[in-house]
Amino acid sequence: MTIQLAAFYVCAVVLIGAALRVITTRNAVHAALWLVLAFFTAACLWLLLYAEFLAAALVMVYVGAVMVLFLFVVMMLDINFDKLREGIWRHLPLAGGIGILMALEMALVLGSREFGVDGPRSPGAPPAGYSNTKELGRLLYTDYVFPFELAAVILLVAIVAAIALTLRRRKETRYQDPADQLAANKANRLKIVKDAPARVPPASQEGGGE
Amino acid sequence: MNTATFSLATLAPAIPEIALLAFVSALLVIDLFVADRDRHVSFWLAIGSLLGTALLAGSLVGHPSAVTFQGMFVADPMSQVLKVSVLLSVAATLVYSRVYLEVRELLRGEFLSLSLFATLGMMVMISAHHFLTLYLGLELLALSLYAMVALQRDSARATEAAMKYFVLGALASGMLLYGMSMVYGGTGSLDIARVAASLAGTPQSQTLAVFGLVFVVAGVAFKLGAVPFHMWVPDVYHGASTPATLFIGAAPKIAAFAFVMRLLAQALGPLGADWQQMLAILAVASIGLGNVVAIAQTNLKRMLAYSTISHMGFLLLGILAGTDNGYSSAMFYVLTYVLMTLGAFGMILLLSRAGFEAEELEDFRGLNRRSRWFAFVMLVIVFSLAGIPPAVGFLAKLAVLQAAWESGFGWLVVFAVLMSVVGAFYYLRLVKLMYMDEPAGEITIAGRGDMRFLLSVNALAVLALGIVPAPLMDLCARAITASL
Repeated sequence: MTIQLAAFYVCAVVLIGAALRVITTRNAVHAALWLVLAFFTAACLWLLLYAEFLAAALVMVYVGAVMVLFLFVVMMLDINFDKLREGIWRHLPLAGGIGILMALEMALVLGSREFGVDGPRSPGAPPAGYSNTKELGRLLYTDYVFPFELAAVILLVAIVAAIALTLRRRKETRYQDPADQLAANKANRLKIVKDAPARVPPASQEGGGE
Repeated sequence: MNTATFSLATLAPAIPEIALLAFVSALLVIDLFVADRDRHVSFWLAIGSLLGTALLAGSLVGHPSAVTFQGMFVADPMSQVLKVSVLLSVAATLVYSRVYLEVRELLRGEFLSLSLFATLGMMVMISAHHFLTLYLGLELLALSLYAMVALQRDSARATEAAMKYFVLGALASGMLLYGMSMVYGGTGSLDIARVAASLAGTPQSQTLAVFGLVFVVAGVAFKLGAVPFHMWVPDVYHGASTPATLFIGAAPKIAAFAFVMRLLAQALGPLGADWQQMLAILAVASIGLGNVVAIAQTNLKRMLAYSTISHMGFLLLGILAGTDNGYSSAMFYVLTYVLMTLGAFGMILLLSRAGFEAEELEDFRGLNRRSRWFAFVMLVIVFSLAGIPPAVGFLAKLAVLQAAWESGFGWLVVFAVLMSVVGAFYYLRLVKLMYMDEPAGEITIAGRGDMRFLLSVNALAVLALGIVPAPLMDLCARAITASL
């Protein structure tokens, strides 16, 4: 047993254990943290396949950005998780059945010789001077430039939709308009009134004398 | 592996898409500087973008097939015809929706730019030559549609519809991707031509691909709204604002047809015997359930939703025939169906006014007393939806039934004809309400001159195509034979 194989089994066991904890733990914050562990271990598995750029991207994007955002949301929203959990035992037989069925199908497809799927094999150590990142970049900006641009357009749609759905211009919001402030001149800020002799208004006229 | 080279010649087949993306981006920026009362500027810019792109796409009609972007993108006669139809039907959708949106203060730059983004997604789907572009185009369309339904933020019904649409749509995308990844596992490629070649060459790779096919067909059925994956259709049609419903109901059906063609007929063509059986089950269930449940509806939008489900069943009839004749009659069916849907929802929009949605069947009661012409417009469209000659719906149904019959699906044809007779009942009920009953309330005809004119042209086109269908049928047949 090589050290790589040992590392693979350690990572695989940790990954499956962490993934199970994600769905079994009671506390949503703990679940998110277990998910971080699962992502990190998956990144380790990719490292074993010499996909170091993808591993780094997985850690940075999912662990660094997505999960932190997710934790924020979990902490900011007051979600009653016990209520969400209510129907779990009722739905468990169906959901578990479908899960087992899918696992069996995958085992059937991946495990049987008949389907002509060779067992997953490590690509082996790349030659010296080979840059994984450079290869990915080259593919992304040449062969896959069309889907790459499309993904960018999808992100643009996400931005437009997110702004359109959340931006509310409240009537009572007070804000300053710098252009208005700059355009102000003496005439609309300063009112010169003649200093009339002070006169006490008669009591019968309310609010008079202006 | 050869290095990719880019020249103008490699970009040329994708010029309509590139132009549309440039137009939307410009619209997004220009709209920021347009005051709310000048929103019609953005509106006409959107219409101009659509018509300009349609012109560019139209100028490519007749060019031979060209694959570019390293096999990601194909411009063939079928895609050119479908793209022009999508662009024109989106333009018609916007013209019909304008007054409705203006009155409800929904005519904002976001609605327009999202509809253009959705159009771009449809064009990408139509021209996809790779599973990756097929999927990305679908997501671009779907995300824009979810947002368009949700844009009406103050309506709880619309928010609920958007949520349902989003969750079920995400589920369908997941199934589709799962199926695609299995097909990839079996064939080792995502390129449509190479998948087909691999499946035809090595029967060994087929077993795994059939596993994937089950998921692919389920995902496609979800997107089409075929029974038993139809649950979202009535709720979304009913809950969304009528312009959003019209948008979802019209042009995306053309893109869905192209999607099914690329995925099943082209890529998984060698597995035809397997997916024909699956589509037959979907078609039977859709035609049966759609027509029977529609009878119980009192809401016109829900009724049209169930009618859509049964029409999608008819569309599948043409595709499952698996012959060139079947594909071209399915294409004819989808193009004419979009024309009818535009007219039907256009009428709902025409009769709606501020604070009033003409979406109940009762709201059409006595329309003939109010306006003879628009009652006639609705009559033509309803006849066409029901498949009564001389409207075009009859010929479209006849063509797909004929194709299915020739491929040996006789029992299916008999069932479909029987169900159409059942379906005619709820369409004719609407005709009876319009012509034989007294108006219950006040009926107002809203809409500017351009909308009324377009709606009239729309209905006349439905009638004219029913009398002279040959040019469009020939076009479809030529496009299909040149593309497959």
